[in-house]
Amino acid sequence: MPKITIDNQEIEFENGMTVMQACEQAGSEIPRFCYHEKLSIAGNCRMCLVEMEKAPKPVASCAMPAADGMVIKTNSEIVKKARKGVMEFLLINHPLDCPICDQGGECDLQDQAMYYGFDKTRYEENKRAVQNKNMGPLVKTIMTRCIHCTRCVRFSTEVAGVDDIGLLGRGENAEITTYLEKTIDSELSGNVIDLCPVGALTSKPYAFKSRPWELNKTETYDVFDGIGSSIRIDTRGKKVLRALPRINEEINEEWISDKSRFAIDGLSRQRLDTVYIKKSGKLQKSNWDDAITKIKLEIIKREQKNTLILSGKFTDIETIYASKKFNEKLGSNYFDCRFDNAQFIENSPDSYKFNSTIQEIENADAILLIGSNPRWEAAVLNARIRKAYIENNCKIALIGPKIDLTYSYEHLSDSLEYINKLNDKSNFGKILKNSKNPLIIIGTSAINNKYGSMILQSCASLAKKIQKNKDVNPLNILNQDVSRVGALELKFYNKEFNNDYHSTIKKYLSKNKPVVFLMGLDEIDLSILKDSFVIYMGHNGDRSASIADIILPTPAYTEKSSTYMNIEGRVFQTTKCHNPLGDAKEEWKVFRALSETMKNKLNFNNLVELRKEIISNFNCLAHLNEINPVKKISFGKNHKINDIKVSYNIENFYMNDSISRSSETMALCTKDILSKVA
Amino acid sequence: MLKQKDKIFQNLYGFDDWKLKGAKERGIWSNTRDLIKLGSDKIVEEIKNSQLRGRGGAGFPAGLKWSFMPKDSGKNHYLVVNADESEPGTCKDREILRNDPHLLLEGCLIAGFAMHAHTCYIYIRGEYYSESSNLQKAIDEAYENNLIGKNACGSEWDFDIFLHRGAGAYICGEETALLESLEGKKGQPRLKPPFPAGAGLYGCPTTVTNVETIAVSPTILRRGSAWFAGLGRPNNTGTKIFSISGHVNNPCNVEEEMGIPLKELIENHAGGVIGGWDNLLAVIPGGASVPLLPKSICDNIKMDFDSLKEAKSGLGTAAVIVMNKSTDIVEAIARLSHFYKHESCGQCTPCREGTGWMYRMMEKMIHGNVQNQDIDKILDVTKQIEGHTICALGDAAAWPIQGLFRHFRPEIEKRIEERNRRVA
Amino acid sequence: MHHPGTNNKVYQKINENFEWSKDNFDKITVILKKYPSNKIQSAVIPLLDLAQRQNNGWLSKNSMEKVAETLSMSYIRVLEVATFYSMFNLEPIGQNFVQICRTTPCWLRGSDKLSKVAQEVCDTKIGGTSEDKKFTVVEVECLGACCNAPMIQINDKYYEDLDENNFRKLLIDLKSNKSIQSGSQIGRKSSQPEREF
Repeated sequence: MPKITIDNQEIEFENGMTVMQACEQAGSEIPRFCYHEKLSIAGNCRMCLVEMEKAPKPVASCAMPAADGMVIKTNSEIVKKARKGVMEFLLINHPLDCPICDQGGECDLQDQAMYYGFDKTRYEENKRAVQNKNMGPLVKTIMTRCIHCTRCVRFSTEVAGVDDIGLLGRGENAEITTYLEKTIDSELSGNVIDLCPVGALTSKPYAFKSRPWELNKTETYDVFDGIGSSIRIDTRGKKVLRALPRINEEINEEWISDKSRFAIDGLSRQRLDTVYIKKSGKLQKSNWDDAITKIKLEIIKREQKNTLILSGKFTDIETIYASKKFNEKLGSNYFDCRFDNAQFIENSPDSYKFNSTIQEIENADAILLIGSNPRWEAAVLNARIRKAYIENNCKIALIGPKIDLTYSYEHLSDSLEYINKLNDKSNFGKILKNSKNPLIIIGTSAINNKYGSMILQSCASLAKKIQKNKDVNPLNILNQDVSRVGALELKFYNKEFNNDYHSTIKKYLSKNKPVVFLMGLDEIDLSILKDSFVIYMGHNGDRSASIADIILPTPAYTEKSSTYMNIEGRVFQTTKCHNPLGDAKEEWKVFRALSETMKNKLNFNNLVELRKEIISNFNCLAHLNEINPVKKISFGKNHKINDIKVSYNIENFYMNDSISRSSETMALCTKDILSKVA
Repeated sequence: MLKQKDKIFQNLYGFDDWKLKGAKERGIWSNTRDLIKLGSDKIVEEIKNSQLRGRGGAGFPAGLKWSFMPKDSGKNHYLVVNADESEPGTCKDREILRNDPHLLLEGCLIAGFAMHAHTCYIYIRGEYYSESSNLQKAIDEAYENNLIGKNACGSEWDFDIFLHRGAGAYICGEETALLESLEGKKGQPRLKPPFPAGAGLYGCPTTVTNVETIAVSPTILRRGSAWFAGLGRPNNTGTKIFSISGHVNNPCNVEEEMGIPLKELIENHAGGVIGGWDNLLAVIPGGASVPLLPKSICDNIKMDFDSLKEAKSGLGTAAVIVMNKSTDIVEAIARLSHFYKHESCGQCTPCREGTGWMYRMMEKMIHGNVQNQDIDKILDVTKQIEGHTICALGDAAAWPIQGLFRHFRPEIEKRIEERNRRVA
Repeated sequence: MHHPGTNNKVYQKINENFEWSKDNFDKITVILKKYPSNKIQSAVIPLLDLAQRQNNGWLSKNSMEKVAETLSMSYIRVLEVATFYSMFNLEPIGQNFVQICRTTPCWLRGSDKLSKVAQEVCDTKIGGTSEDKKFTVVEVECLGACCNAPMIQINDKYYEDLDENNFRKLLIDLKSNKSIQSGSQIGRKSSQPEREF
């Protein structure tokens, strides 16, 4: 391995590293503003200058490739002077408004000024003032603070794939803006707030809400899509004030979607924080004891073996397990999780998972999207596809209506019938055949019909044909909800509801008129519930709560510890960030209590016991943050697919679940972004 | 004085026909095919032997630069001619472009061939409208007469020349900013490495060269490297166009031998300093970027790269800006500071922030509206910019100020004192 | 100092509908041939120049968007270019765009006086446009004709070797729609020494 000397210490480095990376490896910290691991190198801030032997002047370590035999100094007088100078230049036109700046306390400029700056100013001229720009409902701008690092420009162009932000003008008149101050048309726009090293781009909804040191920071996971991004939730008391991404190279790199970041105000609005029981046609505040008694009576009255439990978008594995056990003890095996009617193949877990793993997308050189709009179904995952497109020259094709995916692709057809034509004769069939790392990504919009399992079979058969690397399963199903894979893994379904969830359940309900538990399920035709006794368990007063006979408040994802399985089958556990609001109780506790009154007590007495029991029954859940991808495709058969036109099942990215539908910020985005794009 | 027969630019002033007919009468395009048949290696060798140094300002050995182009990269190679003449004081390329464009075009073909390029872009500053119109006509003539295009001059080498007009940005004279601009972006200099010879225009091997450097190369090949190297002195060979402007009786461009004494240049060609040599205050000898020289140094200085470097200035573009004793020397430099502030691309911190700061301090200095310690402050600021930027514009903005205080510090101190007295 | 080429604001004309003229459309075809077919963004400066010429010397919102669409570029990238280069004017200018070089070589030879004359004769401040829209007067940085200083540029042409008198005459002629001669105003061919020594 080549060697480099950094601050008199000789270390080995890998070819392709920059001097900055080598310095970090040697333990020499290099300050920087413009450099960011996930973005192209700009080299414009000049903060990372180091001294290089034989070079006439200091070099930008972020951009200089490390070479064998180089001698670098990161702490010499020349370097110190260079840093001090750059620091001073950055500060002369930077306002002294830290006391009213939302970045205060977590500002790179502030921090580095402490380490590397002067303690007083020599600048006696007027400071520059720059007009603020509108960038939409999410990103607030105070452009006088901008230090022109262009991270936001590079992010929007490179990662988000929307050429919306630019640096206009030149010299000291250069300013960052969106074209004519339009809203950034990206589901990832909020990430520019994190990227901005100063307070030029800050969070609009969070403006003047809090100081970072007042916040309680909890590391947890996001639940707004199926990938389970690593996030940090910042709370003050019982209020969630911020959701920020944490680095997780396997899942979300450093990004989260705008929904994950900004729908959190929905956690404080339209909350269900008390028990309601319907009396004479009206929901009235009540208490847990009365509710439990009432539920018990109704279950007995309506034949307990008919009790139906339907899970929703955020239903965690604890709830799935406890409710399923509860029902089984009642003698009912009526429960289901497939409210979007997405089909799968029994005993083939690879028929509902993202088998290749998310990280593997980067290595793909051909991707076939079938009935999926990844930009809305998993915005961060879509950025990974874009990465493959840019860095790996990945060829992409889509079956489904044309949409803007932030990268170019070959539009094959609106109809799933095209799957039949993906043979060696078709253009993209050839590309798939000749590619080294092909992937197929199937959206639920392709399999939410009665031919869903046939379509899966056909795709699996195609996937088998194109699989080149036995370690990478090219067959991927992109589920949209964090609850789905775990629920299927726990077999939380009933075959009677195969093929057509809504009509079969409708039939079941009208025949049996049972007690129905809706576990935060709002994605159901409410009219089919009219003769049943509906218990809604959830945290936001959304669609279903209005027709419920009993409402039981449960904690939102920030208020309890939950286990989930993401689309890949990766198990993760969220952390409780603050106590639940009002009288909310975890679902498993409710079923535990109900089971006791029903004289059929569930075996666990606390969360630890519950989790132990789950693991003893489902060993696949034993290891957190690990996956055992199914590498060999376990099914697959060619069917002739009919002419089925794809219709994407997400109508509004921003308001697609009970929390985001309660969010004012998401409502603003809907108004500002979607209405204009449409 | 340079003999008429040793002048490369026989139609510098446009007294003769600049079109193809006139050019041919001056010997241009006469045996181009034979020159190309020397082969790429021989051409580069000859240019190396001539010790020709780049005429754009930096003075990098031209032959060496050409030799950096890979032999077999498998990619397109590009020759890009830098006709973005914008260095204040400099207006030499303008005369070549409008009065002897075929000399340049012939050079493009030969140099392009030598660096395995089939395509040449000439990037001309947008303000040179009439110049670009002459040049375009010359290009059209060259195509019509098969001097360029397919099988250029019967050499079996295909060679295209395209004219590309800029749109007002001094920084595009920096080679990588020029390439960015040519690619349809803002003219912001690139980080180096990679250097253009490895990854230049469209990521392909590229050499960017000044107009004059290219234009002299056919004559060097015709007359031999020894002839060129015999003019001037070692490492500072050949002839050079000097632009003499400012306080002289007859401002002019003139081709002279490298190393000509500054005094001779001004007196023999530019009609002398207005008010006589003793009325001289200072000279900026190589375009706005280089530090000025006070009269005491001007008395004996020779005009070449090494002599001027020794005097802590530079030959730069050989644009001689003469200032006599009527000059407010502080304002003369403050105007240059304004120029650099205006032309900073805004990409990197020291230049974006520093050029404005320096200009504003310089403005105050004109009236002595500062304190003595501010002189050290502005010098410190120039040092904080110098060597810390992506491209050389930062240095270019710093040097004139450093030169001013090196030689005229008492003048500013006097102004400060006078003002303090006035205010008191 | 105001200059229509150095602002970052975009203006839209009322009821603007910018379409390439036939002549410019033909020119674009020629321009695009200069660059590799997958690198036509290279043509953004030439096309902005054409758009500006077609639009009376300045770039409006729709004209820039037309350039973007012609070259399959995003609007923001075109606007970046249009605002970076000083020759692209982002607001309307007068019929004669008088650009006075203010940099040291011209200043040494009296460019300040030219600025005064221009403001007087054209009846507008530096950076402004006369009420009759006949003149826009700006100061610009070095135009690269230093041996013919002081000099100015009006629209595409250079006017050199000026002094207060010949410049005043030039502007008055222009004002009264008389034809004027570009180049040296003292009869020099180019930048030769006036007299031989």
